[in-house]
Amino acid sequence: MSDSSDAKKGDVLLEMRGLRIEGRAEEQWSEIVKGVDITLRRGEVLGLIGESGAGKSTIGLAAMGFARDGCRLSGGTIDFDGIDLMTASEDTKRHLRGARIAYVAQSAAAAFNPAHRLIDQYSESPTQHGVFGRSQAEADAKELYGRLQLPNPNEIGFRYPHQVSGGQLQRAMTAMAMSCRPDLIVFDEPTTALDVTTQIEVLSAIRDVVDQFDTAAIYITHDLAVVAQMADRIMVLRYGNLVEESDTRDMLFNPQEDYTKSLWAVRSFRKEPVTEPKAEVPILEVDNVTAAYGDTPVLFNVGFALERRRTVAVVGESGSGKSTTARVITGLLPPSEGQILYQGEALPKDFRQRSKDQLRHCQMIYQMADTALNPKQRVRDVIGRPLEFYLGLKGAEREKKVLELLDMIELTPDFAGRLPSELSGGQKQRICIARALAAEPEIIICDEVTSALDQLVAEEILKLLDRLQQELNLAYMFITHDIATVRAIADEIVVMLQGRVVEKGEKDTVLSPPHHEYTELLLSSVPEMDPDWLTQLLEQRARGEVVSSAPVA
Amino acid sequence: MAAALKLLRQAPLTAKFGLLVIVTYIVVAMFAPAIAPYGETEVVGAEYEESSPEFLLGTDNLGRDMLTRLVYGARNTVGIAFVTTCLAFLVGGILGLLASTLGGWVDQGLGRIVDVLMAIPQLIFALMILTIVGTSVTSLVLVIALLDSTRVFRLARAVSMNIVVMEYVEAAKLRGEGLWWIIRHEILPNIMPPLVAEFGLRFCFVFLFISALSFLGLGIQPPTADWGSMVRDNATLITYGITTPLLPAGAIALLTVGVNFVVDWFLHKTSGLKE
Repeated sequence: MSDSSDAKKGDVLLEMRGLRIEGRAEEQWSEIVKGVDITLRRGEVLGLIGESGAGKSTIGLAAMGFARDGCRLSGGTIDFDGIDLMTASEDTKRHLRGARIAYVAQSAAAAFNPAHRLIDQYSESPTQHGVFGRSQAEADAKELYGRLQLPNPNEIGFRYPHQVSGGQLQRAMTAMAMSCRPDLIVFDEPTTALDVTTQIEVLSAIRDVVDQFDTAAIYITHDLAVVAQMADRIMVLRYGNLVEESDTRDMLFNPQEDYTKSLWAVRSFRKEPVTEPKAEVPILEVDNVTAAYGDTPVLFNVGFALERRRTVAVVGESGSGKSTTARVITGLLPPSEGQILYQGEALPKDFRQRSKDQLRHCQMIYQMADTALNPKQRVRDVIGRPLEFYLGLKGAEREKKVLELLDMIELTPDFAGRLPSELSGGQKQRICIARALAAEPEIIICDEVTSALDQLVAEEILKLLDRLQQELNLAYMFITHDIATVRAIADEIVVMLQGRVVEKGEKDTVLSPPHHEYTELLLSSVPEMDPDWLTQLLEQRARGEVVSSAPVA
Repeated sequence: MAAALKLLRQAPLTAKFGLLVIVTYIVVAMFAPAIAPYGETEVVGAEYEESSPEFLLGTDNLGRDMLTRLVYGARNTVGIAFVTTCLAFLVGGILGLLASTLGGWVDQGLGRIVDVLMAIPQLIFALMILTIVGTSVTSLVLVIALLDSTRVFRLARAVSMNIVVMEYVEAAKLRGEGLWWIIRHEILPNIMPPLVAEFGLRFCFVFLFISALSFLGLGIQPPTADWGSMVRDNATLITYGITTPLLPAGAIALLTVGVNFVVDWFLHKTSGLKE
């Protein structure tokens, strides 16, 4: 608990000087944070941004005097309110953690213990540190749940983690971090795994609580628009070095360094609009499809068409049936009603009954390139197998084509001999694209292909996909929940909600008013690069000027 | 080859010791006739003779040379255990992979059959069947392989379940690949480490199991030399404080320990754990 009635807002709370952290890889130590200075005052929110591998999370943990397994704090000083965390004993640090410094992890679902109820996990820390007694802690939990606008604050704590939604879990975790009224909370990408509509709730809840209790926070994210809403001050990191640091507004409107500018410009990519008229028969048509998982219906009368050289973006929150639609198209989930037409002809519903050629025409690229590539297969075999299987290429011919494909996805020939573990996230996704291209398909289904990637890398992947579409006359179905991606790459948009198509049409028509109310909610929930955006939006929603919750379809 | 040598040099002492033991056993088993001073079933002296320059480890209850019997025992016991384990892995592994990949009623059917087999205590089950079908080496191998394949089935199914749900397997299915190709190229390479580790452990269990059966008289039949029955035949000597019957028991123990050292090292290497 903050025993600092005499401590004033504006006093320095945390000071790191020349912080160096080393990580152990391949039997030797290498520096991952190379001398970073951070000063954090009471009540201040500091945003840390950068690509993955920039050292954001490592620095966040160092603020608690903690280094992950395989990492060590190798130099510099960490001073937390007069306590030197570099030299403090484990015991001292243990007393600080949870009580005065708290941590909110990216995936609340993985951070909660599934075997205990939320409120039990909440009470653990205050009772352990002797801040509250058990019953007092429970009363306090209910109050905080209320402040974080969780539904039924008096009862929700008695549920198990799997019984509440992802957004609620993330808020429950924030409440847990607040339980001892810490002086400092480290938020590590708390909203990255959430839908935009849920993200707003969590963001506003976090901001309110941090404000109310005057807590200092370190907010780690790779999403610039999010950090703009939350932070008073922003630090941009790259390869373990500080690139730039200034107040949020200065940083947004007047970035100094080239790297910062490139981060800011990331969402500027736009696909060239297609001018040629549509073909008479679309290359693929989803015709009035209804489907169910067992007895649970998941899709209701879904229908849209894909055209050559055009991209259809399917948007909606998780659970809206986007990926299920893709499974119906590929034949993994045979529909109970309706059919999939390829150039006007119905495809067999089950992929096992489709011919090799029918399978070849429609390829898929997955969200997680990690699980989409066999860790034991070299790139040569990953790309080479479809060539061999569909086109009958062998030996030198196959090798030649593999190198051609590598060139097409802008990788050098030496990548052919690598294993997936030797590739970065963006490179893995490129290999997945090459695997799809190797089949010489006409349709590619992209299931959230950029959402696991850093923004700069995602942008490059989008550009690559766009170039390939022009060169190879491909039709794309692009599943995403990110409106910025939709703006960048779509020709047409299909908006889905609870298994139904609520709106569809040309990009400009769907994105400009009047909207279906759900589309409007989706659009208005996308964070903008304006520090006042969240405040204004919440005011508008409070006044009822804009929709604030999803309609029931 | 150079990489293998380097790996070997970096191996911990326990693993080196284990490898040394295994290699010694293999050499002894392979060159048994050359190493053993007498014939396998040859009666060369009086019963229960003390160790002497002539009989380094003394003689057994029929006057056969103990050392000779030990050397030939390595060949029989280890050889049969190895064949049995291979067979158990072939059957259990393939069925386990099929169960996890096909799912549905194949999985259910095989799973229940295995449950039934596992519900009966292994030793009693083996004794019963061996009593019915007779105790030839072939029936011994088949019965133990069948019983042990249930354990392998469980493991293979469990580990490949985690792989089957991966998107690269889905991608292969959608490409139209056949079942066998998917198993061989997508699943098997990813479940090799736990299977190889299990092979080492399973080999020890089979080996002990055969020795136990031999001790009970239903394993490898006389006059073939076997460590298990050697312990039984000479058990009376223990009453007189003579340690000779402990030698075959010691041979069993040493190999088991050696194999486990190597398996531990292998698991440690492939699981990517760092010390």
